[in-house]
Amino acid sequence: MKCDLCNKPAVVHEVTIVNGAKKELHLCLEHAQAAGLAIPGQQPINQLLKKFVVGQNPQEEVHRCPTCGCTFAQIKQTNLIGCPDCFRAFQEPLAVLIEQAQFGATEHVGRVPNRLHTPTQVELRTRKLLKELDAAVTAEQYERAADLRDRLDKLSTDIPGDKPLKDGGETSP
Amino acid sequence: MTSQSTNHDDRDVVITTRARLARNLADQPFLNRATDLQCSHVVRTTQRVLLDVPIVDKISWMDLDELTPRDRLLLIERHLISQHHAESTLHRGVAISDNEQLSIMVNEEDHLRIQVLDTGSRLENAFHELMRVDAILEQHLDYAFHDQWGYLAVCPTNVGTGIRFSVMVHLPALRITNELGKVRRSAKELHLAVRGYYGEGSESTGNLYQVSNQVTLGRTEEELLEEFSEQVIPGLIDYERSARDVLMRRNPLLLEDRIHRAESVLRSARLLKQDEAMKLLSRVRLGAALGRIEIPLSTIDDLFVQVQPGHLGQHLNEDCDENDVMEMRASLVRQTLNS
Repeated sequence: MKCDLCNKPAVVHEVTIVNGAKKELHLCLEHAQAAGLAIPGQQPINQLLKKFVVGQNPQEEVHRCPTCGCTFAQIKQTNLIGCPDCFRAFQEPLAVLIEQAQFGATEHVGRVPNRLHTPTQVELRTRKLLKELDAAVTAEQYERAADLRDRLDKLSTDIPGDKPLKDGGETSP
Repeated sequence: MTSQSTNHDDRDVVITTRARLARNLADQPFLNRATDLQCSHVVRTTQRVLLDVPIVDKISWMDLDELTPRDRLLLIERHLISQHHAESTLHRGVAISDNEQLSIMVNEEDHLRIQVLDTGSRLENAFHELMRVDAILEQHLDYAFHDQWGYLAVCPTNVGTGIRFSVMVHLPALRITNELGKVRRSAKELHLAVRGYYGEGSESTGNLYQVSNQVTLGRTEEELLEEFSEQVIPGLIDYERSARDVLMRRNPLLLEDRIHRAESVLRSARLLKQDEAMKLLSRVRLGAALGRIEIPLSTIDDLFVQVQPGHLGQHLNEDCDENDVMEMRASLVRQTLNS
């Protein structure tokens, strides 16, 4: 049999099966070395056999944290998480692990770093209305000022449904 | 009674309290996945902040690799670093305030372990100091934080607030009356951990136990503090005091005999093994707490620390043998109690 890349005799024959499809590769000594393939006779028989027919079963790819390369199996085995990004990479299975470790607790309700304190809708709207109120009082627009005060009072009752604005985007009036 | 004169009403049972936080930097892998370079980066980043930012009046930084094993042992015995921190092979350090109440371990299990120690059961003071220090550090360090799980930690048992309260209690009567099993069972039901003198993985010595909360998520820091300081600590104190009452009622003569024998041995022994010293000090402490012996509790609590090998080593040469250590221990105890 000749080399797939030249007319010299092929000395390395590699057969791979990908998703059931067989793919053969036959190379001469020079091209096999250039391709980084091991030459028969230069390595133990068990490695040679492994290399000869590489069955690539359609296995499910192991999911790794893109930042630290940690797998969930490693986390579960050691009970140690790899990096802050693992919490996003393994959100669902980690939720189970954390719930178990925390005796059923699932949500943080404690302190938040100052840098993450984003203004809530109510806070932003309150700020805006207060500015308008100042302007109305200065301009002696008392009817408008009274209306703004009413709206401010109403806002304070809306607090339970208030959500922080993560993007700092505009609020709807 | 001398033991109650320090106005810490719970000193008969409570030795110290501690509040600690687990914190990690947002842009670095946790230590179990970090390279040596990344570990050193964490040390350099935090060390700069700890030394440059005025957190307390005076703070000292120690690179643990530069300390001798004896120095590291000394820090463990003062509960300023953990055994795990001392034995780790990673680049690591600790910042300690001058009064030794605040210690900040860098590269222990988490990037930062901030702890405040206090005597007696004044956990609120330790908590407020801890929150104050954390707020300062947070202005200079970018902590890893998650919307759902709060402050992120290496171990799932520490996520959320990252806060753990612990109390070191002296429970000799519960030990004598064989009630400790019940305490452990109750603690488990309340999601509390009961550990030995040096915390995780350590044995109890001198009937001293560390009890701490296991839940760090789903409740605010204040709620966890309230539960621990208003339910857990008083519960432990009541339980031990009840056991002491039982002992006093059941056989007061036997109890007094044990207490005074222990005192006599400590006042006159020429050689003392560590276990023996801790056991005898425990009995003497019980006697002092019950008003049967006129020795201040603070003196005994100090001896619990001073009789440890690292502390004794300060007075001895490197080539001393076990006999020298026992002699030094006995001498130190005699001098302290007889002075």
